[in-house]
Amino acid sequence: MEMKPLTRLILGLVCLLVAIWLVAPTLVVVPMSFNENKSLAFPPQGFSWQWYQNFATNPEWSTSFLNSLKVASLVAVLATVLGTLAAFGLDRMKARPANLLRMLMLTPMVVPGVVLAIGIYAVYLDAQLVGTLTGFVLAHTILALPFVLIAVSANLEVFDRRLETAAASLGAGALTTFRTVTLPLILPGILSGLLFAFATSFDEIVVSLFITNPYLKTLPVQIFSSITRDADPTVAAVGTILLCATTILIGGGMLLLGRERKGRL
Amino acid sequence: MSALEPTTPSAPQRARWAWRPYALTLPALLLLVTVIGYPLLTIVLRSLSEPQWGLQNYAWFFGAPVNLTVLQRTFTISAWVTVVCVLCAYPYAYLMTAVGPRVRLILVLCVLIPFWVSGVVRTLSWVILLQDSGVINSLLRSAGFDGVRLIRTQTGVVIGMAQVLLPFMILPLYSVMKGIDLRLVQAARSLGARPSRAFFTVYLPLSLPGVYAGAIIVFILALGFYITPALLGGPRSTMLSTLVQTQVLSLLQWGRGGAMGVVLLVATFVLLALAAPVMRSRHREAGRR
Repeated sequence: MEMKPLTRLILGLVCLLVAIWLVAPTLVVVPMSFNENKSLAFPPQGFSWQWYQNFATNPEWSTSFLNSLKVASLVAVLATVLGTLAAFGLDRMKARPANLLRMLMLTPMVVPGVVLAIGIYAVYLDAQLVGTLTGFVLAHTILALPFVLIAVSANLEVFDRRLETAAASLGAGALTTFRTVTLPLILPGILSGLLFAFATSFDEIVVSLFITNPYLKTLPVQIFSSITRDADPTVAAVGTILLCATTILIGGGMLLLGRERKGRL
Repeated sequence: MSALEPTTPSAPQRARWAWRPYALTLPALLLLVTVIGYPLLTIVLRSLSEPQWGLQNYAWFFGAPVNLTVLQRTFTISAWVTVVCVLCAYPYAYLMTAVGPRVRLILVLCVLIPFWVSGVVRTLSWVILLQDSGVINSLLRSAGFDGVRLIRTQTGVVIGMAQVLLPFMILPLYSVMKGIDLRLVQAARSLGARPSRAFFTVYLPLSLPGVYAGAIIVFILALGFYITPALLGGPRSTMLSTLVQTQVLSLLQWGRGGAMGVVLLVATFVLLALAAPVMRSRHREAGRR
């Protein structure tokens, strides 16, 4: 669409502002994490690594971090297995029941977090699952499931099922066909589902806040209670670490993807 | 898994295998029923049965002006967030379609990176930025605007929520705009329409499905927001989610908290149902093309 130079300039400026608004606020945790004083007031004073040390040595922080890693890893595996199976099932069903079931399985995405949280909390109180690993994994898995389902379904939609027929007609058994033809072709979907499931669980806060107890806290719960309790710059240090980890993961993923694409060309 | 199916199933065989896709979805459905279905049912039942059976909790909710104020505020804040998101996302998504691949990659990264950064950390950044001794207030003070309060106000909540939700607006909008045939705009121009006229009569209507889709997602997610209002808001910007939490965790009023939760849930699903025909017609159009 053609534009007058002035319109183009304004459009560019507005988008620049939006981009800054999207990215810059998060970066503010980086300078705050090196603050010498125990405060979150801006601008930070001096320079010190003490909050990073605190994160590594203070058991409150390090345990919650390890808890989050444990829960998220289990959730990633469980949600990916369940989600992939379900995606296959839906793909091979008649359209009408498949659409209905798919809508049902995507409901965790739209149910307001707090409503789900009090429901799960009520049930967990009866089942004595509050503050347990099982409780966290089950709740997070159901929240991560839709992301796996979407990722794998998208891949199955473009998957040519005649390839399976071809493999079978050449004498491959059912499992061999799945292992050598189907799985490699839908692997990108499964992997991105795995990553999404991990991230969903690692970041989940609302339900976690309700089903947590002093014995089992995840990192977001610890961050939340730290923010509401006092101005401890350790949260900024944690934020910086998470920011770096995410950027490396996404950047690495993009580089890998780019190289693969180039290699194929 | 259908690799397990015979290649060309005869009719009786097909009938024998027909249950298999359902079996594959069974584990996920089972988990869905126990971890989502049963808890939601529990909440509905408690809202109707505690302390006694009846509609008392709903009567209480719709009878107390405080609750109605919060309900109205929840909708107002969500509406503002949606408006801010639409206004910011529209030019941004358009630019994404208009630039070369390299700039587009940067623009996409700017959307995706905050999407991936932990939501709690992003809210923490807003607490640092908006607090009374924060960056934005120091800037405003040096520009001569003293005593502007941002944290614990509705403005602060809207700013924080809109930033968190903006990617949900940009991405669907971009996917619709990407599919718009720009030759239609050229055709309008060649028939004598000024650029603004061509935009308003051709491009804008074609991009509206994306606006609807994004706006519905943003509005629904905003209705149920809990963390950002809890950290950025004050008593005068309480949203429904916080009220639910207070009733259940602090006051142990499961019936009242449950009733509020059900109201929130019903509002969400009514909105989704209203949006469904719009989205479906968009799919059909895409299919026709």
